[in-house]
Amino acid sequence: MKRHLISAADLSRDDALLILDTAEELAQVSQRSIKKLPTLRGRTVVNLFFEDSTRTRISFEAAAKRLSADVINFSAKGSSVSKGESLKDTALTLQAMGADAVVIRHGASGAPHRLAEWVDGSIVNAGDGTHEHPTQALLDAFSMRRRLGPLDGRRVTIVGDVLHSRVARSNVLLLATLGAEVTLVAPPTLLPVSVGSWPCEISYDLDAVLPKSDVVMMLRVQRERMNAAFFPSAREYSRRYGLDRDRLGRMPDHAVVMHPGPMNRGMEIAAEVADSPRSTIVEQVTNGVTIRMAVLYLLLGGAELEGGAQ
Amino acid sequence: MTAYLIKGASILGGDPADLLLSGGVIAAVGVGLTAPAGAETVDAEGLVALPGLVDLHTHLREPGREDAETVETGTRAAALGGFTAVHAMANTSPVADTAGVVEQVWRLGQEAGHCDVRPVGAVTVGLAGERLAELGAMADSAARVRVFSDDGKCVSDAVLMRRALEYVKAFDGVIAQHAQEPRLTEDAQMNEGAVSGRLGLTGWPAVAEEAIIARDCLLAAHVGSRLHVCHVSTAGSVEIIRWAKSKGWNVTAEVTPHHLLLTDDLVEASSLGAYNPIFKVNPPLRTREDVEALRAALADGTIDVVATDHAPHPVEDKETEWGAAAMGMIGLETALPVVQLAMIETGLLDWAGVAERMSATPARIGRLSGHGAPLQSGSAANLTLVDPAARTVVDPRASASKSRNTPYEGLTLPGKVVATFLRGRPTVLEGKLA
Repeated sequence: MKRHLISAADLSRDDALLILDTAEELAQVSQRSIKKLPTLRGRTVVNLFFEDSTRTRISFEAAAKRLSADVINFSAKGSSVSKGESLKDTALTLQAMGADAVVIRHGASGAPHRLAEWVDGSIVNAGDGTHEHPTQALLDAFSMRRRLGPLDGRRVTIVGDVLHSRVARSNVLLLATLGAEVTLVAPPTLLPVSVGSWPCEISYDLDAVLPKSDVVMMLRVQRERMNAAFFPSAREYSRRYGLDRDRLGRMPDHAVVMHPGPMNRGMEIAAEVADSPRSTIVEQVTNGVTIRMAVLYLLLGGAELEGGAQ
Repeated sequence: MTAYLIKGASILGGDPADLLLSGGVIAAVGVGLTAPAGAETVDAEGLVALPGLVDLHTHLREPGREDAETVETGTRAAALGGFTAVHAMANTSPVADTAGVVEQVWRLGQEAGHCDVRPVGAVTVGLAGERLAELGAMADSAARVRVFSDDGKCVSDAVLMRRALEYVKAFDGVIAQHAQEPRLTEDAQMNEGAVSGRLGLTGWPAVAEEAIIARDCLLAAHVGSRLHVCHVSTAGSVEIIRWAKSKGWNVTAEVTPHHLLLTDDLVEASSLGAYNPIFKVNPPLRTREDVEALRAALADGTIDVVATDHAPHPVEDKETEWGAAAMGMIGLETALPVVQLAMIETGLLDWAGVAERMSATPARIGRLSGHGAPLQSGSAANLTLVDPAARTVVDPRASASKSRNTPYEGLTLPGKVVATFLRGRPTVLEGKLA
């Protein structure tokens, strides 16, 4: 594996499968009453969050702590960063503190790449602008595999604001690596103009794609996008691209519904769909901790896993 | 004033000849000239002599951003790049939108003495795109402004653009348009295409440039005015300009060295790292197809001139995440080497063609007398000597500019300016400031 996890494209098929398999072992640990492993004892993981994202930060924090790493949470809000300190100065501070891994969430696409130029530790991208969110894609793949088995040939439909979605970019890359067949469904305004060069199919017709889907992943769509003419209204968006009970009924019986959260219930997904047994949304949160443990463990080269499901 | 005898220079790449510079002019050109008493001799064997280069598009940043560049440092870089005149863009602080500011910049250039500084006047007050600046006052000032531009911003209002084009006819001025439709480029970060889609950076579509160029060509034709298009960056823009010229309309265009060489995939992968804002520039780097179209257009004359768009920025404005970084690259010292690489070594242009596009034509567009004249007896002694066989690895720290934001770091570029003369006085000798 590479030293950093910045893009899902950093992972070979073997790398991705190793992470998923490692996460499977760690999931066994998570079911024990004492969830903690000593493997990253004495290592320092910094959570560097320039955007509010309590869920992702807690997920990484729990993952690092279960591996016994020292965790430093560095929130940009209220710190010197909001007073004009540059990303570079923050990086130099982290470097001076000797961080072994830096988990970064940033509003600017590419910020983790820049950080990797300035610090020696491993960089884990926890979401950068509208670029990527590779651990989300890994936990999505992990959740799919637990429900459906190996992903080769599985048909995954990703619906919504692909243009602004880091989740979609990482999922398209990782799922292609894992051999799944991805179809993106969105109004044309919410697809990049060059999306034809991506390793996936494109459709504007959700109803036509649903019966052929093993997985339907709904992306969050911000209502404010209609103000920039990406779509006329929330109602029209919901009518054409929202996943409601009728559309759920058009999916094959085994097919599952996913959402990276946070959801707009009633917009891209109906509440009863989100809460149905077909939905993996709660599992995705649980699996998030597990997959992030696997990533930190593999990037930081922790000691042998003890007590896993060998 | 010392006379200089330049021995054995290849004028525009032709047969070796000697040039005698005396009294600010080229006193004689010929083979086997002898040095008059007291004259210095410059051995120019193997060097190409070109008329002093003229840049239509330079950001000298003074007044206001002296941390990035000053007239002194910027014109040093210009002289080292072979330039004897530069046009200083108006987006300073305060904006060069009054006779007072343009005269200040002009005077700073005189005092520095490394090359002539011709201020560009703003088209609109404060570059705000609302009211015309006092174009006539700037034209009549000591700075004798003839080129007007809101560069950095587009004069997007069609009525204002029309009036500006009409108004400057009274003093033979030209509007140099930064063609960028503002609504299509809100928060735009890089060329809209496959790379921007993958990188999740907001796209700057080619159509935002092409739509404005098409409109402006039609406006210029309608009112019978001169239009100059700044930093053309797309194949589509080339087609529109070619069409406008075919109608006989008075449209000229420039291309930057970086748009002749670099492409948008450098944002994704380069030896300088992904998302490195050293490649962030406006208009953005485009695709290989655009680069090929721009080279062909410069070769066939559709694009008239090379202009540097030298845009210095301090380190802290570039060592950031991509979205927060300033747009622009320095380019005065690397302009001629990049043109040699992209145009001469590809066989698209010869040295005479380069002289036309980097000296004679920009001087004519800027209505700048004394520059761009042929290297013959009686012309003002503005010229530069280039060693085309030299190879230099670009080192940002070696730049005479105050800023270091060159995209060519580590690249080996051909050609080196050995000497530059401004009205017979050396500004550069043996590759160093004289």
